Amino acid sequence: MKSGKNGKLLVAALCNGTVIDHIPSDQVFKVVSLLNLDRLDTPITIGNNLESKKMGTKGIIKIDNKYFEEDQINKIALVAPKVVLNIIKNYDVTEKKTVTLPQTIVGIVKCNNPKCITNNEPMSTHFELVDRENVVLSCRYCNLKIEKEDITLL
Amino acid sequence: MNRRSLVSITDYTKEDILRIISLTEKFDQNPNRRLLEGKVCATLFFEPSTRTRLSFETAINRLGGRVIGFTDAATTSSSKGETLKDTIMMVGNYTDIIIMRHHLEGAARYASEVSRVPIINAGDGANQHPTQTMLDIYSIHKTQKGLENLTITLVGDLKYGRTVHSLIIGMSHFNPTFHFVAPEELKLPDTYKTFCDEHGIEYHEHTDFSQEVINQSDILYMTRVQRERFTDLMEYEKVKNVYILKNDMLEDSKKNLRILHPLPRVNEIQQDVDANPKAYYFEQAKNGMFARQAIICDSLNINVD
Repeated sequence: MKSGKNGKLLVAALCNGTVIDHIPSDQVFKVVSLLNLDRLDTPITIGNNLESKKMGTKGIIKIDNKYFEEDQINKIALVAPKVVLNIIKNYDVTEKKTVTLPQTIVGIVKCNNPKCITNNEPMSTHFELVDRENVVLSCRYCNLKIEKEDITLL
Repeated sequence: MNRRSLVSITDYTKEDILRIISLTEKFDQNPNRRLLEGKVCATLFFEPSTRTRLSFETAINRLGGRVIGFTDAATTSSSKGETLKDTIMMVGNYTDIIIMRHHLEGAARYASEVSRVPIINAGDGANQHPTQTMLDIYSIHKTQKGLENLTITLVGDLKYGRTVHSLIIGMSHFNPTFHFVAPEELKLPDTYKTFCDEHGIEYHEHTDFSQEVINQSDILYMTRVQRERFTDLMEYEKVKNVYILKNDMLEDSKKNLRILHPLPRVNEIQQDVDANPKAYYFEQAKNGMFARQAIICDSLNINVD
């Protein structure tokens, strides 16, 4: 499936790679950082504040020649739970995937308790997803519960 | 990862709690046993707590074990910036078990992940203090001849009181009915009420510390209402004398009622209550030593006859 219909998109279609679509506009750069896209050396196109019927505006990221492992890509459900991943092979969308938040989240989220050991030792944070629907995390160490709107990424 | 560590009361199942109680009973009958002969135990008190440390060290001494450790992190290399992990790795090289108290929450959980010997949490900030919970549960068991179907009234600072939170979790296996008596500012946090709901536990909330509540209770668990917990000092002045137990309030209480307190107390239990046979807080503290003997031996997998 070729993109670029009606001349709307200004970037070339992917031959092989991943398109992350339907990213909330304010989360695009968090997705970039969560997936360490700044460390990739393949071509990457980042579009933001694009018109979207469903969301008002949205962001989209196209990554050439890159497919993600599930546990790697699922991390972005923290900031963008409704993204759609288009897996492109030879200009065709061969698969559309959604993301699901993993049950345990290691080394991504900061604990909001300044007295938590994770904020005072060189160590990874570790959260359990205790409420999938409302996205509530619980710190494995100090037991603090963090609600969706209070989640801070490391 | 060390499976024999005790970091939180949630690490214990109902069966674990009952096993520790029956072990504690044995030490209550005879606390002087040479079960830790040849063993070295560390008491690492990154934060001072004389009462808890003396209880642990007496427990170890009465079992014939040796103790190394420190009573204040200011004199150790953690004041030079050594990580907790490094301290635990070193001490784990020397000893058979580590008992630790730390001002940071989650410190004991993390230590249990990096340590090769069992970790017993003797308090991590405002988080957990499971040996206190076990001595509370043992005291309830001993005075009520069992744990099932009791009415337990918790009074005072239910918002910050970690002993209260852990007791709710520990007793949740035994079908209790709770009365939560606290000023508006120090009410029990919602998470514990949700916990009770999820476990089908009956509870009632009160702001009045009334005789009506006392008279229904099998256990009255008093805690201190601390001035520094209040954002509004006017509010503190209003409630500071409301949650004080006086002897005449016990007149029509149940015969089996016992009064517990994690200690230290200030004025929330008046001195005239001490002579009442229902006052149990000093024996409760004594039970702490037996409970700690039980927990240490259980962690080290030592058989107690």
